[in-house]
Amino acid sequence: MKRLNWRGAVSIAAFILLWTLLARLKAPGFAEIPDPAAVGRAFWEKYLPSAAYWRSWLVSFERVGYGFILSQLLGIPLGLALGTRRTFHDLVFPVVELLRPIPPLAWVPLSILFWPTAELSIVFITFIGPFFIIVINVHDAVRGIRKEHLWLARSLGASPARIFRRIILPSVVPAIAVGMTLGIAVAWNVVIAAEMIASDAGLGRLTWEGYVSHTGTTVIIGMISIGFAGYLSTLIVTYAEKRMMPWQR
Amino acid sequence: MLAGTVGAAALWYACVAWVPLEAFRRLPDPVAVVTEWLSPRPTYGISIFTEAYYKHILYSTWRASAAFVAATLLGVPLGVCIGWSRSFSAYASALLGLLRPVPPLAWVPLAILIFAGSEAAVIFVTFLVAFFATTLNTAVGVKSIDPDFFRAAACLGASRRDILFDVVLPGALPNIFTGLQIAMGAAWFSLVAGEMIAAQYGLGFLIMESYNLIQFPTIVIAMATLGLLGYLSSALIRALGNRLMRWREQSIGLAA
Amino acid sequence: MSAALSIRGVSKTYDPQGGASVEALRDCSFEVRAEEFVAIVGPSGCGKSTLLNAIAGFDTITGGEIRLDGALLARPGLAPRPGPDRVVVFQHGALFPWKTVLENVTYGPLRQKALSREAAQAKALELLRASGGLDGAAATYPAQLSSGMQRRVEIVRALMNDPRVLLLDEPFRAMDGFSKATMHQHLLELHRRYRKTIVFITHDLDEAIYLADTVVVMTTRPGTVKEIIRVGLERPRVPQMLYSRAYAELKRGAAQSVHEEARRAFERGEREQA
Repeated sequence: MKRLNWRGAVSIAAFILLWTLLARLKAPGFAEIPDPAAVGRAFWEKYLPSAAYWRSWLVSFERVGYGFILSQLLGIPLGLALGTRRTFHDLVFPVVELLRPIPPLAWVPLSILFWPTAELSIVFITFIGPFFIIVINVHDAVRGIRKEHLWLARSLGASPARIFRRIILPSVVPAIAVGMTLGIAVAWNVVIAAEMIASDAGLGRLTWEGYVSHTGTTVIIGMISIGFAGYLSTLIVTYAEKRMMPWQR
Repeated sequence: MLAGTVGAAALWYACVAWVPLEAFRRLPDPVAVVTEWLSPRPTYGISIFTEAYYKHILYSTWRASAAFVAATLLGVPLGVCIGWSRSFSAYASALLGLLRPVPPLAWVPLAILIFAGSEAAVIFVTFLVAFFATTLNTAVGVKSIDPDFFRAAACLGASRRDILFDVVLPGALPNIFTGLQIAMGAAWFSLVAGEMIAAQYGLGFLIMESYNLIQFPTIVIAMATLGLLGYLSSALIRALGNRLMRWREQSIGLAA
Repeated sequence: MSAALSIRGVSKTYDPQGGASVEALRDCSFEVRAEEFVAIVGPSGCGKSTLLNAIAGFDTITGGEIRLDGALLARPGLAPRPGPDRVVVFQHGALFPWKTVLENVTYGPLRQKALSREAAQAKALELLRASGGLDGAAATYPAQLSSGMQRRVEIVRALMNDPRVLLLDEPFRAMDGFSKATMHQHLLELHRRYRKTIVFITHDLDEAIYLADTVVVMTTRPGTVKEIIRVGLERPRVPQMLYSRAYAELKRGAAQSVHEEARRAFERGEREQA
């Protein structure tokens, strides 16, 4: 049982206190910001029982889910191919390197143009961020596999398929784990922004509408909800990672 | 390598020009984009010859740099404190842990409300992202320094100030620079989002505006420019890092 | 000038929050005369490094006292500050990778403001040259040197501060046989020339007997002194001594103790797992 981090509690308490002061005293900029107590009350009374609120949770989660899972399903094989096949690497990697620095959100207009529905275009944007991350991570991991291990396996008569399954894949699993953790955070970040720009549903939209209507409470509840949702997704991903790598405690 | 890029461009062109899918039909083709980009009198007003292009670049670059510099100036010292002092780490990690799960872009509406103006709000959100990345990586960098270095410095008579400059900073420098590169990338990412949501001028804004005004080649120009700027800024940071950490190159034997 | 070290009834118990307390040292006592070379031998985990940390000032003790030349250095509640009078040469090497050899070596005197830059550099180059022509490597980074060279540089870095006690924590552990033998002769030569009090931690009994005037054999955890062996071999030590009868006698006497402790440590390890 870890001893309670009293220092942490102190700093959080100080933070809440500061927030309350700034809101109550109507400090510059904080005119429309409610204090923590008001936020808590509003959440309890208006949002918890509201179906629309929980629907926005579902919408955002769906988008993140599709985009993220797709990015892993496509990105991991691509990364493996880039790492193992020399010619494929020489052809395709430069393109990857060129496209990678483009922020996922910059793809929004092209995505809207290309995909027939708004939903698909949002899922595409959510896909892009984690996709590049996992491709690079897997690719780097494969390149990092010690040549000695591969030579040894080959000299012991292992077939290419065997080498792939027994050496390359396990070496790549930690990189996949890291890539997934980074990717899920990026996916949430992107989906929120995409929703703010180009959608009429979801937690991002909720927060944005709070801003538009100058309802500080909605904005803050939106933010906290998003934070929570992101935290939950990270928990899910971490759990999946632990299952993938049982040898690491 | 060149073959790959040319191949990709050719594929793009082929898709847009020949594939009879409605979706591809709506996309701008590479030839149109490039001619527009390099034309002295572009149809939609943005090319390397127009002033407006550079104005947008300037806005974006200024915002990204301001946010990045602020994040570095605040993040590195904070990261050092968190990494070096266990009690400080206890204070800070709880608070940071609470704020970190909130995706940076979710701060935009709140930031606009507080800062009452989109310019400051966009820079703030960009700053926030870069700040978290920098602080975290710096703290990790400091924590991962072999304790023997601290002990060696102590028995050689170093003061705490000496240890800061002779052990902590050089020891954490590789992680700090990794953090800075990540921060730079994250900064561009947030900046574009912020600009798309809520700004005047800037490449993100340009993307949204071109989309709304149905000036599609310009969209791609802006995207490509973003990619280039992002790559350049990362390369700059990497180069600076290599210069400051010359001792690493020599130990690995080749520039890694 | 070298100091005498007095270890009396030193105990150390670790009491981590939320974990079981660990008794690392229990009632260790032995004396080290000035200019003496003492080797401390024992199985892994017996607390040798804990003892060294206590002498160097990196950690506190929970019982007993440590005295330097009669003056109180450490006791429960009194933690000595690490200092240039008790410099340590570390097991995995702690040369600052981001400083050149010269910067590393002159670090101590410069930070303590004990020498001017010119004087420090002159002394450094002289010591480096005496350590096998290392003055030529003054402008290189440690990573460019072999491990043997790195170790010699680290010893020079320590000697530059004119310490009263030189502490070495298994410094040659990771080296191959040939390099190790060279380092032994080098260390013996330094001891002969500069007459420092040396406390040398090792798990290698041969190394201990060959280098030291006195070998302290420690028990497994909780570590205490099992046996103190006076090495009567004459100096300067030469490798041929390893095959002398006197050496064989010494080793036979000590090996029994050491093997007993090693086996106990082994069995305890197994019991802890089970």
